[in-house]
Amino acid sequence: MRPYLREKTSFGFADVPEATCYEAGYLVTKNAGWRSIRPVIDAQRCVGCYQCYLYCPDGVIRIEDGKAVVDLDFCKGCGICQKTCRIGAIEMEAERK
Amino acid sequence: MSVDVRKLDTNEYFYGHKACAGCGGSLAVRAALKVLGERAVAVLPAGCMSAVGFNFPQLCFANNAIISMFAGTASMLTGVEAGLRRRGITDFHAVGFAGDGGTADIGIQALSGAIDRGDDILYICYDNEAYMNTGIQKSGLTPFGAKTTTTPAGANIHGNLRPKKNLFEIVAAHDIPYAATATVGYLPDFLNKVEKASHIKGTRFIHVIAPCPTGWGIPVSDTVEAAREIADCGLWYLAEYENGEFTLNRDPKQFTSVEAYLKRQARFKHLTDDDIRVIIDSRDKKWAKIRQNWKTKE
Repeated sequence: MRPYLREKTSFGFADVPEATCYEAGYLVTKNAGWRSIRPVIDAQRCVGCYQCYLYCPDGVIRIEDGKAVVDLDFCKGCGICQKTCRIGAIEMEAERK
Repeated sequence: MSVDVRKLDTNEYFYGHKACAGCGGSLAVRAALKVLGERAVAVLPAGCMSAVGFNFPQLCFANNAIISMFAGTASMLTGVEAGLRRRGITDFHAVGFAGDGGTADIGIQALSGAIDRGDDILYICYDNEAYMNTGIQKSGLTPFGAKTTTTPAGANIHGNLRPKKNLFEIVAAHDIPYAATATVGYLPDFLNKVEKASHIKGTRFIHVIAPCPTGWGIPVSDTVEAAREIADCGLWYLAEYENGEFTLNRDPKQFTSVEAYLKRQARFKHLTDDDIRVIIDSRDKKWAKIRQNWKTKE
């Protein structure tokens, strides 16, 4: 479980909280547009060692069935995962529009 | 006792935040919350982590989190802990995440007061060595020679003239139950210290180095490497203070090059060989004292 993107597209006056507190983990925008390069994981070579998962500042990498998987909605393309990967299973690829 | 990365909480408690790519501070917050879990109540003063975590309506903490005023991180932690205790709630961790300026300069009085009262709180200082949120001004934890907007590097003065405050030992001098230093470059060590601190009663303090690619002038992919190198070259040390004794966790047989560490960062580009010699001399002096007076544990 992690904070997830709400489907709501508009935010009206009625949504403004009356007190100074609000729901935790309430996401309305992605960070994908910040990225100029993105990590591509070679599933053949990935051994699921948890290094990229551990060192990702955004926490967008999870290990599924022993392989690293990236949530590209929130990846900012910093490339720390590529540098911390000990076996070189992560390549940074240019984003093309 | 030690944290197994494979069995770490797979939930994310700091997600979708607006920190710069490669932010070391957000890595420290995310990693610590993975150990403390959803019952952590986080207190964040004005600083990068509150600026990037609470862009209403984008709220990036999955646990309870609150913004305090700049000087009052530790005071608000005191209040959070006392309030929850009064309501009969016991299964929580009151944890504060403050930057170096919010800890060593602006918040030091509140921190000192909380340690003095012995409040049951965990205070984590993520140290990026300047006021990064407001645009890289010098703080008390900015090291000698670093270029910031308030300590520019010119022909006569080469950046910051003053050494880094010795915050770890200032905190330890209060005879705190537990204090430690760490770096985001060696996360298992940091996670173990957070885990250890979470079981200790009384005030706990962890000082974690968290490089800022924007302020340090390094590529965004080099955050973790730089955080490792600062410990490898001896400009930072991994240590603990417990039961009145200092313990060095890691005693490198040979330091890596200080010059290589400094020259990879734009904030140190202007340093002359003489400046680097001053830095190396002060490092050697510090380590001689550490090795003489502290216990070592490998």
